[in-house]
Amino acid sequence: MAANSSIDALGQFRLHTALGPLGASVNFTQSNLFMVVAGALTLGLLWLGMRPRAMVPGRFQAAAEMAYEFVQSMCVDTIGPEGRRFFPFVFTLFFFVLFGNLLGVWPYDFTFTSHIAVTLAMALFVVILVTVVALRIHGLHFFSYFMPAGVPVALAPLLIPIEIISYLSRIISLSVRLFANMMAGHVMLEVFGAFVIMLGGAGVLGLLPAAVSLGVDVILIGFEILVASLQAYVFALLTCIYLHDAVHLH
Amino acid sequence: MPRLLAALLLLLPVAARAEGGMPQLDFSTPLTTSQVVWGAIIFVVLYILASRFALPQVGAVLNERAAHIARDLETARAAKAEADAAVAELTLATREAHAGAQAEIARALEQAKAAAAEQAAGLNAKLDAQIAEAERRIAAARNAALGALGQVASETAHAVVGRLTGASIDGPAVDRAVAAALAARRAPAA
Repeated sequence: MAANSSIDALGQFRLHTALGPLGASVNFTQSNLFMVVAGALTLGLLWLGMRPRAMVPGRFQAAAEMAYEFVQSMCVDTIGPEGRRFFPFVFTLFFFVLFGNLLGVWPYDFTFTSHIAVTLAMALFVVILVTVVALRIHGLHFFSYFMPAGVPVALAPLLIPIEIISYLSRIISLSVRLFANMMAGHVMLEVFGAFVIMLGGAGVLGLLPAAVSLGVDVILIGFEILVASLQAYVFALLTCIYLHDAVHLH
Repeated sequence: MPRLLAALLLLLPVAARAEGGMPQLDFSTPLTTSQVVWGAIIFVVLYILASRFALPQVGAVLNERAAHIARDLETARAAKAEADAAVAELTLATREAHAGAQAEIARALEQAKAAAAEQAAGLNAKLDAQIAEAERRIAAARNAALGALGQVASETAHAVVGRLTGASIDGPAVDRAVAAALAARRAPAA
């Protein structure tokens, strides 16, 4: 990873194909492999957890039920009773991102949410979905969203472009927030990890700074677990808020 | 945000050294876009499996539990209502029994009082009759005694006069005198 004086902090984000020649033939990357793992963990939690179908749940079943009820209450509280329709989508999105983020904290694992292309695609899908839902429910009345009621008509030329820009900037804010948080955390982990190797190999004087860097990395790992959970929650919650806007138009 | 800024400051010199900048923005390799295509496929498959199979299973268990709890609560509520009704019935029966017993006691008391009064009246009447009978007998005895007294007094007067005077006196005259004396004696007493 680290060669003497240069720190290759970005090498960890480089894509390569996974699953041998078969994966290479269809450009199946290690990023996609971890997407499959994240999906398998999500489904495994639900399937294995709910297998006892017990009236009084055990630990594993309670975890699966808590996951279900957590996302369901987030949907219903934020969107309203209509949120039940979007619950499976928000659930899938939340756990896809959550397991993607958490898997990335594990050493040697790849963090697919640290790729702007992936987060941008998800954000784009969310905003397109929100717009389609709004058009389905409200028809052309949806465009009144860009011109709030009670605003003087004279302000319309100024206000409507601002509202449209803010609507479209959701794509950027949603995708860049997740991507930047995950990337920044992993770069810092890599940099301090490289410090440990460089300073630890530099002689007696380097031992103390190397130990400090190692301590920082330990703290950063804990911090990354927090950020991983928090960013998944923020992504899902913002999706819910956008869906609320689509269903209720403010 | 400060965290992000610090990370970017750390990142800048590193990124400058790295060949071709950030791998995330390296679109020269087809993998950057292929991962998105595969990601979309994986996400859709995950969504279908979760929404069709995994999530309804959880929902069914949760609904079943909610229904079970509601049913149990309903049963408990019915049992409580039944118990309340039984308690009310018991209270009513106790109160009725209490009132009945009270009436029974009052009636018995009344009966006993009446019987006692009747017995006392009968006893009084008997006693009264006995007293009246005794009085009558006393009066008769007294009268008899008083009747005999006149004769005794006459005979005594005859004897006393005969002894004192030695003369035989006229019977009826003595009798009249005795009767007059007796009458005189009796008058103030009567």
